[in-house]
Amino acid sequence: MAEYIPGYVGTVTKYVFVESPVMTPGELALRAYEASEGVLIKETCFGLQVTGEPEAVDRLIARIRTFDPMHIFVKDRGFPPGDPRRCRANLGGARPGYLGHEREFRILRYITRGLEEVERRGEEAETPEPAPEKRSGITIRRLQELIDEES
Amino acid sequence: MAKVFIYPATSLILSDLVARFGHKPLGAALGIRERIQTAGVDSPPLQITPEEPKRGLKYAAVEVPSGVRGRMAIYGPLIEEAEAAVIVTDADFAFGCMGCARTDELILFSLRQSGIPILELKYPTTDDEGVRFVAAIKKFLAGLPNGGAA
Repeated sequence: MAEYIPGYVGTVTKYVFVESPVMTPGELALRAYEASEGVLIKETCFGLQVTGEPEAVDRLIARIRTFDPMHIFVKDRGFPPGDPRRCRANLGGARPGYLGHEREFRILRYITRGLEEVERRGEEAETPEPAPEKRSGITIRRLQELIDEES
Repeated sequence: MAKVFIYPATSLILSDLVARFGHKPLGAALGIRERIQTAGVDSPPLQITPEEPKRGLKYAAVEVPSGVRGRMAIYGPLIEEAEAAVIVTDADFAFGCMGCARTDELILFSLRQSGIPILELKYPTTDDEGVRFVAAIKKFLAGLPNGGAA
């Protein structure tokens, strides 16, 4: 076994996802570069990966969130960008973990709607009661009537 | 700021909402980052070494497969550290081999046994459910002992 020499020691990496009708990942990247202060930024198809010292990354993330607060989502990443154990350039196919992100990406519009509504209602808002479930199909009585009509 | 374990531990939505409402999300990335930034003998792909299943003995019995114990070496300390947890119970992408599946079951069991406040939810499938989902998480996080800077 070879000696393992880690890279990017002491840094944090975060994913930034953008699901916005007014901002593309490319535009997000351009604006992030302007505020990067030396943080490593990698543009991706869904947004960005940012890597750097924890404090600098936190400042950048706080700035990035202001661009479109309801449509930008952030999570931690364990691996640095381009790590040969995860980068699809080395592995082929989708990066491990991408499919999970893709699955949640489809739900983000509901989260955006929730964030907008919760902000609109303010601090005092209570959790709304779930809407009564709509009854699907027909009742037993109606089914019996249909059977009787046909017979 | 409270430390909140999220399940699925790789969830983008839960990680974002917990951080957005002023708390620290504890997910898989933190454990993985700690390992890949530690120098040692290379053991691809995750810098998991033969020591991990031994550490996992704290969370699972010796007859439990080493794959589960190795994974619990990552998640166990995070669960111990957690002051609360948010669980999505119908996360259909949180599946995998038997090691992953049994580890997921053990994670949920450990969280429920730990006595910390837990919020269990399902992913939203409509706008209304999205509002309830976000509102429930915000309310839960605001009620944690270490406050909620929502």
